[in-house]
Amino acid sequence: MSSVTVESMGPAGVTEAKEKDIREDIAWAQINHDVLKSMERPRLTFWAIFAGAFAMFLVGVGCEVYQYQRGMGVSGMNNPNAWGLYIATFIFWIGMSHSGTLLSAILHIIHADWRKPIYRFAEAMTTFSLMTAGLFVIVHLGRLWQVYYAVPYPNERWVWPNFQSPLLWDATAIFTYLSSSILFLYVGSIPDFAICRDNATGWRKGFYTTLSLGWMGTDRQWRNFRVAYLVIACFLIPLAVSVHSIVASDFAMSQQPGWHITSFPPYFVAGALYSGCAAIITLFIMLRHVFRFEEYMTMPILDKTARLTFAIAMVWTYLNLIEYSSVWYGDSEVAKQTLLMRATGPYSVYWWAMNFLGSVVPFTLIFKKVRANLTAMMIISLLLNLGMWLERWMIVTPTFSHGFYPWTWDHVYFPTWVQWGIVFGSFGWFGMLFMLFCKLVPSVSMYEVKEMVYHRTLATKHAKREA
Amino acid sequence: MIIKRILGLFDNFDQASAAIHEVRHANLPELKMDEITIKSPIEHPDVEEVLGERKSSVRKYTLAGALLGGGMGFLFIAAAQGNFFAQQKGGKPIIPLPPDFVLTYELLILGAVYVTIFGFLVCAGLPARIKGELYNAKVSEDQVGVMVKGNSHVVSEIRKIFERHHVLSVQEEFVE
Repeated sequence: MSSVTVESMGPAGVTEAKEKDIREDIAWAQINHDVLKSMERPRLTFWAIFAGAFAMFLVGVGCEVYQYQRGMGVSGMNNPNAWGLYIATFIFWIGMSHSGTLLSAILHIIHADWRKPIYRFAEAMTTFSLMTAGLFVIVHLGRLWQVYYAVPYPNERWVWPNFQSPLLWDATAIFTYLSSSILFLYVGSIPDFAICRDNATGWRKGFYTTLSLGWMGTDRQWRNFRVAYLVIACFLIPLAVSVHSIVASDFAMSQQPGWHITSFPPYFVAGALYSGCAAIITLFIMLRHVFRFEEYMTMPILDKTARLTFAIAMVWTYLNLIEYSSVWYGDSEVAKQTLLMRATGPYSVYWWAMNFLGSVVPFTLIFKKVRANLTAMMIISLLLNLGMWLERWMIVTPTFSHGFYPWTWDHVYFPTWVQWGIVFGSFGWFGMLFMLFCKLVPSVSMYEVKEMVYHRTLATKHAKREA
Repeated sequence: MIIKRILGLFDNFDQASAAIHEVRHANLPELKMDEITIKSPIEHPDVEEVLGERKSSVRKYTLAGALLGGGMGFLFIAAAQGNFFAQQKGGKPIIPLPPDFVLTYELLILGAVYVTIFGFLVCAGLPARIKGELYNAKVSEDQVGVMVKGNSHVVSEIRKIFERHHVLSVQEEFVE
């Protein structure tokens, strides 16, 4: 166990044992050494994960090439089931991207400093999730060679995008979010790139010299850095909320039964934060092992992340129930029948699994023993994300199979192996990019951890003086 | 007159702050306070107390970026929609405000973020060349540097002050 335990007197004079988020006596040079070492000599499991992710990616590429050559028919999508796994998984990946904003921006603004050792990889998760989500839009188009039709530029065909369509808002919001997240990630990494530059040799020296932009840690640089970082964080929060609200509008602004619900935007945002938090736990445990980050990704920080996940899970559960009750007590008989079909029809297994995994499994997180067990946490985080993926699948598919028109009702839909292959490949693509990122960019923010150690040491000294 | 720079490395912020405090109160009329720079692995917690107030103009760039992004975004969308003028609109407005608000909102944020980063680079003096400026890699690790620019007399006095505050190492260079 890396974190230390301190004893303090509680209000009733009872000695309370409290684990610290990070050791306060850790030397700053040691922080540099540990993090830089992770980029040079990770465990063999790093390469195993990378190779696995690459193999999954190749499966996805193979399926996409097959679909490209044979046409969209091989995906099994039909009329009325026009969205299938592609759009369900697109929403899933967009949701995953919210974790970075939560940890970087929201927790930064409220000064929750325990986020510092883990926010960098969460930000990377945001960026790569958005890149993966963007791929699904293109894959879903089918005619990849005509993707530029969607770009709003004057042309002789007079083909203009429909500015009143939430799909165009989606494209704008995702582009804004993706580019802002990349810049936020990059700017926040500049001081760490300077540390890499000062310790690197060979090609890495030139690489990090370029990325660090000549950062020297002057008071002028720090001052402007802090302001810029805070300002961008403030803009990223409404941006992240707007992105998933707009994705929700793709559904809620249509007249389809099961989608035309006022609470869809907050429901989507809560789901996004939920799946993002669960994914952070998965990656936390993985990076802790692969890069030997036991000193930084400590059990108390995992505990806090698990508590946050539980809280968001309850918000999601509440909004889920609100959605059901809105439909149940609403005036739309078709929407009510669609809801009943989800619970009792051909998709009922997935629907009940979604509710169980999303709303019941998180209750295991209330037990401290569970939160302190890495294996249990890994399994739970994966189950929660499976539940959140099923949520998106259950939003998209049943409505198409049980729309307003009776002719849609006998179209029970299950994706073909091509769709499954591309979805499988997307996880490989994400994993591959993420692992590559962790090899090239410090996945623990060195300067932020130093700040955390410094301020906590000061606070402890101050508390001792007061005592 | 020979102008030099001197960089002293200290073990912690307290020593560096004490050294700067003495430099500020030393009788060195040729020394300008703007010529004192701290180089550190993290932001000095009491930088304003030590160096005096130094403002950041990044927020001005943010405001300009938000206005530019929102304004240009709306004009771009409205101009594009103006091309629909000849088409049948079924009684709907040519430039519908509610959907345009959503797009304008996104572009406002886009402009604000992009221009904030541009402003950060301008205000922080980045990108910069490390060559030609005193720098020590220990500054990005665990030591705090205090750099001062001045004439030979000022630099020699400052070296003495640094030494009184247990400076770990001192570097000097000629500027002109």
